[in-house]
Amino acid sequence: MLSYALRTLTRMAITFFVIVTVVFFATRLSGNAVDFVVGDGITSEDRELLISYYELDRPLFTQYLAFLKSFTDGQFGLSFIERRPVSDIVLERIWPSAQLLLAAMTLTLLVSIPLGIVAAIWRDSWIGSAVMMVAFLGYAVPNFVLAVLMMLIFSYWLNWLPVVGNGTALHFIMPTIAMAGVLIAALTRFTRNAMLDVLGQDFMRTARAKGLSEGHVIIKHGLRNAGITILSVIGLQVAGIAAAGSVVIEAIFSWPGIGDLLVSAAVRRDYPVLQFGVLTVALAVIVINALVDLAYAWADPRLRHTVKGGN
Amino acid sequence: MTRSPLLTLENLSLSFGSHNAVRDLSFDIARGETLALVGESGSGKSATALAILRLIEREGGRIDGGRIVLHGTPTLELSTLSDRQMQQVRGNRVSMIFQEPMTALNPVMPLGEQVAEVMRLHQGLGTDAARLAARDALARVKIPEPDRRLDQFPHELSGGLRQRVMIAMALACRPDLLIADEPTTALDVTTQAEILALMRQLQDEIGMAVLFITHDMGVVASLAERVVVLKSGMKVEEGGVEDVFLRPRAAYTRTLMAATPKLGSGAPKPLRSAKAPVLAVENLAVRFAVRRGLRRGADLDYHAVNDVSFSIAPGETLGLVGESGCGKSTLARAVMRLIAPSGGRIRLEGQDITHLGGAEMQSLRQRVQMVFQDPFASLNPRMPVVDLITEPAHIHARLSRRARRALAAELLEKVGLEPDAADRFPHQFSGGQRQRLCIARALSVRPALILADEAVSALDVSVARQITDLMGRLQAEDGVSFLFISHDIAVVERVSHRIAVMWAGQIVETGRTEDVLHNPQHPYTQRLLSAIPVPDPSRRKGLQPELAAPTPPGLLLPTGQQPPEAVMVRVAEDHFVAAQDGIESLLLAIPPQLPQAKEHDDVSAPAVRETQHC
Repeated sequence: MLSYALRTLTRMAITFFVIVTVVFFATRLSGNAVDFVVGDGITSEDRELLISYYELDRPLFTQYLAFLKSFTDGQFGLSFIERRPVSDIVLERIWPSAQLLLAAMTLTLLVSIPLGIVAAIWRDSWIGSAVMMVAFLGYAVPNFVLAVLMMLIFSYWLNWLPVVGNGTALHFIMPTIAMAGVLIAALTRFTRNAMLDVLGQDFMRTARAKGLSEGHVIIKHGLRNAGITILSVIGLQVAGIAAAGSVVIEAIFSWPGIGDLLVSAAVRRDYPVLQFGVLTVALAVIVINALVDLAYAWADPRLRHTVKGGN
Repeated sequence: MTRSPLLTLENLSLSFGSHNAVRDLSFDIARGETLALVGESGSGKSATALAILRLIEREGGRIDGGRIVLHGTPTLELSTLSDRQMQQVRGNRVSMIFQEPMTALNPVMPLGEQVAEVMRLHQGLGTDAARLAARDALARVKIPEPDRRLDQFPHELSGGLRQRVMIAMALACRPDLLIADEPTTALDVTTQAEILALMRQLQDEIGMAVLFITHDMGVVASLAERVVVLKSGMKVEEGGVEDVFLRPRAAYTRTLMAATPKLGSGAPKPLRSAKAPVLAVENLAVRFAVRRGLRRGADLDYHAVNDVSFSIAPGETLGLVGESGCGKSTLARAVMRLIAPSGGRIRLEGQDITHLGGAEMQSLRQRVQMVFQDPFASLNPRMPVVDLITEPAHIHARLSRRARRALAAELLEKVGLEPDAADRFPHQFSGGQRQRLCIARALSVRPALILADEAVSALDVSVARQITDLMGRLQAEDGVSFLFISHDIAVVERVSHRIAVMWAGQIVETGRTEDVLHNPQHPYTQRLLSAIPVPDPSRRKGLQPELAAPTPPGLLLPTGQQPPEAVMVRVAEDHFVAAQDGIESLLLAIPPQLPQAKEHDDVSAPAVRETQHC
């Protein structure tokens, strides 16, 4: 157990370090930092003052080292725009983002797993085809189109739902659906394929030969096996898609989450916020992935000993 | 002895799609009777089994006509029941065990739960009671440490133990009928003997009828009372086991019988050649590093092949016999230099190839060719035969299109296929024909040696016979040598001048085929030979496996430590036996004798608990 945890933590740390480096240089490469940061319309004296205050006049590599050092003392600097510590700005955005993500994931699981099973069992009939048609549609419609369409119908025409913000439970409905759309499509397709693999296995025939009912065979023996594969894809793909999706969806619905923050920070070239925000999201994805990995190894008895250590 | 019928099949016809799997099949099974349903692949025997349990619809087939009646209280016409009604029958009055114990159990469910499930379902037991009952069921099939097994998963058990769990599951509710579909085909011969003994014993205990589906006449002879022979979905013969074996009426039964490998049906005469060996292997060892922990001294090595020496003369066939996991395939791969040996020497036609590098090894590869077990997987499905079978020759000496065609025609003729096969693709051939293609491919570079790794194990007996005959003919014509690797001793006997018996990574006995088989010296060889089912119902064996297994030496050792060395002791001309620690005394204690003359109790089997839970 200890060696597995150690290996996993090392891998996570390396991944994170690579991301930190990429994020730092990528933000610097995106334009003349000095001009964007200090903006126009100020005197050259003030300009010099600001540049030296933000240490933008020092060599890039020195800035990079200083940036790395900020991880040790927890001082990530002030926002260029809001003049507040970036950690405060980003941390207050985490909870709304997490809420939306959880809502979208719950909806995805509740819808796509039953749909995937149905599509696998009735793969040769119109039911299976219909489910897969809907799934393909989910793929084909970009989430922002879905979001704007819903706003138009439910807020503008029908006036049932609030357009933007996150005040009440009603606010959750449209962003959740918009975010879950593509996830549902992906996971339904995957669940169907995982189930199809399992349905043809010998042990399913054994289960039927025991006298179990078909529902029991599929849920208890089938889903238990397919579930392990489904779990792995949730970790690898779905978490990534969700993180990307949240940027667009939060911006559209003015959801006060990290995604929304990142978009505005990027537009305003607020490097400290952008850096810290991206790293927070990256860290979240890494942690979710590691947790899913752990859950995957735990759920599959054939891998369990790698988690426990020893034989 | 007229017993009341338990199951009646009347004019049963089954089909998969447009293919008629079974036509007009009728037979009865009496209470407590063992009926063997015999036939080669595609004869419809598995379809019949699936039809009785009405699982055939799930597998894409259907019942076209006829009736399946299960007599008893109540008498049911299975062929007309709904799925819900069938659920009361399956696993309760009629249960089934399958061929592949490796895949027939749910890999992610604890074994105890898989057995307990049946008890809860059909006997309405609570969770705790079902767990206890599952424990007893595991004990009844003589699984050691049943308490510990309850929480284990299938991958933690050997194939034999898994099949025992399957049997425990199937017998959990003391069914009236057990359908066993090739239950021992995937198992080693010693494990097979144990499972068959167990099934006979449980049948005595529970009194169920058994429908035993198999292609192996040896197995039929050792447990069936009556036999039904199927060919292409039609019944060609039915009768008592003695009658069928002594006075087979149908020509097909006689063919089947003749093709069944029988031990002692004669081996090729040993060669008297003074020529230098084609292949000489000296003290070959293959180790795999198993775990590299952080702590010092935690490293282990798995000694898959250990201190193996043998040689093969030109035109000779050496049969390498051993059970799964004994290291015989690893040995073959090391000889081909597909994996690097960790010690010893390999000499091919006098040249030391142990450490030969890239280009030189490449050109030597044409001297040794390989034929694999699975003819379906070892031919590229997207290549036409002409390219497939001439590819090795083309790699070694670029051939023109015309030369490849000419070579293909020649090779096809050699292996007994029509010349027009050259333009077809592998899927258009049967298993036996594909194995001929594999042999043709190997022959394309005129090798000195062909390694045949379980080359006929996946084939029906009559087809396997044709393939081994072909190998014999090629040997006579071209003087090619074979290393013939198989777990089936009877097949090995038919083709081998000499035999080497492999056990736990070492060759424990080697000698002329006749000598090894008729005068086995090593306890493992003796056990192996005694476990082979004899296709003769009059020589049926007792309920217990006859010889206890000698304890194999541990092969997983801390790095640096060597397994005990095998010192080969000469017992007769060309006949050598390994004298290992502990086995030496065994060797001296057991006088040489013929395998069938022994009476031994299985001392390792735990006492059977009397259970009455159904």
